[in-house]
Amino acid sequence: MFDADQPHNRLPPLPGVGYKPQHFSAILADAGPVGWLEIHAENYMGDGGRPLAQLRHLSNHFPISVHGVGLSIGGEAALDPDHLARLKHLCDWLNPASFSEHLAWSTHDSAYLNDLLPLPYTDATLTRVADHVDQLQEVLGRRMLLENPSSYLAFDESTWSETGFLAEISRRTGCGLLLDVNNVFISATNLGYSPQSYIDDFPLMAVGEIHLGGHDEDEDDHGAPLLIDSHGREVADPVWALLDYTLARSGARPLLIEWDADVPEWPALAAEATRARHHLAQAPA
Amino acid sequence: MSVDQTHFRTALLDSAAAVPSGLSDGAGRPAGGRFSVYRNNVAVSLTEALEDSFPVILKLLGEENFRAIMGVFLRAHPPKSPVLARYGADLPGFLEAFPPLAHLPYLADVARLELALIRAYHAADSRPADASILQSLSPDALLQTRFTLAPALELLRSPWPIHAIWRFNSEEAAPKPSPGAQDVLIIRPDFDPEPVLLPPGAAPFIAALREGQPLGPAHDAASEAAAEAQAEFDLTQCLSLLLSAKAITDIHSGTTP
Repeated sequence: MFDADQPHNRLPPLPGVGYKPQHFSAILADAGPVGWLEIHAENYMGDGGRPLAQLRHLSNHFPISVHGVGLSIGGEAALDPDHLARLKHLCDWLNPASFSEHLAWSTHDSAYLNDLLPLPYTDATLTRVADHVDQLQEVLGRRMLLENPSSYLAFDESTWSETGFLAEISRRTGCGLLLDVNNVFISATNLGYSPQSYIDDFPLMAVGEIHLGGHDEDEDDHGAPLLIDSHGREVADPVWALLDYTLARSGARPLLIEWDADVPEWPALAAEATRARHHLAQAPA
Repeated sequence: MSVDQTHFRTALLDSAAAVPSGLSDGAGRPAGGRFSVYRNNVAVSLTEALEDSFPVILKLLGEENFRAIMGVFLRAHPPKSPVLARYGADLPGFLEAFPPLAHLPYLADVARLELALIRAYHAADSRPADASILQSLSPDALLQTRFTLAPALELLRSPWPIHAIWRFNSEEAAPKPSPGAQDVLIIRPDFDPEPVLLPPGAAPFIAALREGQPLGPAHDAASEAAAEAQAEFDLTQCLSLLLSAKAITDIHSGTTP
């Protein structure tokens, strides 16, 4: 277990946004309520050029959260040593305020599938994921946050609830958790449970960051609602309501707006961050 | 019943394969079409990554053909790493060997040009050397001088007019390509890579410099290649191109070995 005395992260309990290069100048001119930025680690693994130069510049003005999307922590095989080394190189160079990754897999048989794929919640998966989190934290020399997934289906073989599974990984490894409230709403809708009960069961003490994003609406084969985690629009009203329900129990946390597809001009993203600030202001201290 | 990742991966990449059993909708019914969300995410996101990396190939093939062909490519050559900026290194070879594209033999080299632009964009930064030392060297010392070139520099030689094809599909008002071989140097003076059409002899000259050969032998190789093309190699012009592109990062003059 990684040294539990080390703080989860140094992100402020303010709104942040997922950084897009097209917003570079606008953010530096007027970041509005945005107090920190998140980047996807895999977009900053070149040797030089504009991406790293912009990131270095931004890191002089904002706390940066590095969010990995490709390590495949839930993969059945060992973690890719090359990718671990790339993550370590980036974190050593940038010294970010936080590092997070996903409860998911994406690589198998050396094919990277570029999606956050689901896991059965079994004892075997738990041992494997906890070992991978331990290994990652040792390599990076820092505690990480592990994010809850958005689910479109469930595994018959699962014996753990998702909240119990995440709580146990956090307990075994000392890692913090990244609570994606939009993912909770999506999974609860898609799999037919109460999103409020999920929040009630979630180990909120371990939450170092909250994510919010937009989703699309679809239907499954039986006409049941099937929400898709698209990050391509504004956060939906019921997700804001679920955020309030969460914040009332957790207190203010670093709160990220994710907008990764059909990325709007800066003012539209800043407006979402302003909305996030209003919700944070209602939270107990 | 347990669903392992080998089984899951196979079903993800083959939409004709059955959805693995042991997956449900949370209410006891088989997952069925829900599995397609993952199938779509994989195929669409990888196709979009290829669209971002190969905008000229996309334009040459048209969106519909591009997506269909990339659907074949991404299943045969899924990414080997999560760093998607590097995805597509296998695409030129795939395009060359893909029978339905045999009538477009220049596509592979255009794809190589687009890959080189991405490599240049992400290449290590470098500082240009102070070129004033060249003025002070004797002609003999100059011929023995070696150069270190910027890591972002990329050199391509093609039997096809790849520079003209790239320009025609990237710039407004670029002239229509005409047949003929073209050599291209990708320079990155600051952060934006730019493909430059090279005159006869320049490609072997730059290749020789990059291998660490001194200016003299590099010049000989360039003159020979230019003569084969019934042209003359212009050393001054080629050196000015490299200097103005901030492509020379170190000068090792012949007088101080």
